[in-house]
Amino acid sequence: MVPAADGATPATSANSASVRPGGSRGLRALRIVLWIACLLPLARLVWLAATNGLGANPIEFISRSTGTWTLVILLATLCVTPLRQITGWTELVRVRRLLGLFAFFYVGLHFINWIVVDQFFDWPAMLKDVVKRPFLTVGFAGFLLMLPLALTSTDAARRRLKRNWARLHTLVYVVPVLGVLHYWWLVKKGVQTPFPYTVAVVVLLGWRVLAWLRGQRKVAREGR
Amino acid sequence: MHLIHRPDIASSEITPRETWLDRRRFLGGAAAGALALAAGDLLVPTTAQAANAPREKLAGVKKSGWTVPETLTPYQDVTTYNNYYEFGTDKADPAENAHTLKTRPWTVRVEGECAKPATLGIEDILKLAPLEERVYRLRCVEAWSMVIPWVGYSLSELLKRVEPTGNAKFVEFTTLADPQTMPGVRGRVLQWPYVEGLRIDEAMHPLTLLTMGVYGEVLPNQNGAPVRLVVPWKYGFKSAKSIVRIRLVEKMPTTAWNRSQPSEYGFFANVNPEVDHPRWSQAKERRIGEFRKRDTLPFNGYAEQVASLYTGMDLRKWF
Repeated sequence: MVPAADGATPATSANSASVRPGGSRGLRALRIVLWIACLLPLARLVWLAATNGLGANPIEFISRSTGTWTLVILLATLCVTPLRQITGWTELVRVRRLLGLFAFFYVGLHFINWIVVDQFFDWPAMLKDVVKRPFLTVGFAGFLLMLPLALTSTDAARRRLKRNWARLHTLVYVVPVLGVLHYWWLVKKGVQTPFPYTVAVVVLLGWRVLAWLRGQRKVAREGR
Repeated sequence: MHLIHRPDIASSEITPRETWLDRRRFLGGAAAGALALAAGDLLVPTTAQAANAPREKLAGVKKSGWTVPETLTPYQDVTTYNNYYEFGTDKADPAENAHTLKTRPWTVRVEGECAKPATLGIEDILKLAPLEERVYRLRCVEAWSMVIPWVGYSLSELLKRVEPTGNAKFVEFTTLADPQTMPGVRGRVLQWPYVEGLRIDEAMHPLTLLTMGVYGEVLPNQNGAPVRLVVPWKYGFKSAKSIVRIRLVEKMPTTAWNRSQPSEYGFFANVNPEVDHPRWSQAKERRIGEFRKRDTLPFNGYAEQVASLYTGMDLRKWF
């Protein structure tokens, strides 16, 4: 098994001398695939908008679509480390930022759609809703937590923040939990659409907990 | 001074559906080109199965005075954006799945606290009173709304015939729950069958419409064929679809959404901008087809006709 140090020492793995600047051919191919995959939901929305295909309630359609894809890409971001550990392909960590930023891109669209299209800059109503409606409170909190992650995603920010960068970026574990809560609070009772996302969050965060417990045990053994 | 005078739109000036659809196709074509449109039809399942079912005109429909002078929601939207959980929880599901519903033969049992209980075939129901077209607002509890030309007659016409007794305080509507034809009934999103109810004075109110058609035609399955209720001053879920039994009862019936989530869905469910749903505001609504939200009106704009039914009631308690 490859040693698991989830995000604890990302600087060393990313900057290690053995890794070529652009990555291996496999990594470059994966990057292209992910770029295309992450742009497809947007392309679909643009296409549907142009062909009158967004249905009777286009604003709701856009909101659901961008919300869903935010969650999906966030979960994909959380898959990177387990996949790296399972496959031993350490380079994989280098698509994590790409995925994280695409998740932020879709949450940004989701947020702008809410402010501009859905609420049309009705600030008092929005403020009231964020305070009063739990589903909006957690959704808004999730968005706020993603902001510093996106802003500190550059190499420069990572160097400047040193160890605090990794600390800050543990927020990525909180965001999908808020996202799933936001979803459950939104749907009518009995509607099960958020269920698969919930399972994915539990599995992906559970993996971290198990890895951490294993690490603790190892430390304890070696300390003896 | 008003520079532009905008009169209310007379129903005669409402764009006919065909013209509207043509315009829509034209705009779509202009936006993406005819080729794109053709490919779009392949990619996007908006023209769902049930929406393609043959359409049948209803004969002898006369216009009614119960008509709001507002722009009609297009037929396409009325028949593809539906909440009908027996056919799935997504708005597009009923139009996709409801083609399996068998609406002939169909009977409605009318019974309970009445002198002349009866089992009526759908053919009898269609002939029981003259069919009227009424343009009503529809306000969903989810904060969207439509304006729909329903065809039917006042439920009171039917209820009078069975001669309710003095014990008939409420009316309970039971709708079809057939796991063979309704995929949603095989799941447990609600307790089936879907049951709704009205107080007897609400049920006897002339606005309460027993509905067999829309846009001058037989109701499409996804809209609650062959016979449904339309109670325009209440949230949409009160208007039970595909009714199989109407029972006059003495006690307030347990209704489907009230049983599922009593804190969110009351028995009365009158449209009320001042009483929020616990999870969202009811102050505004999005009229399907419009960009900006509009204010929700007390009793969905029917306060003049129905507010008196609730004199002295605390509408926050009896939401």
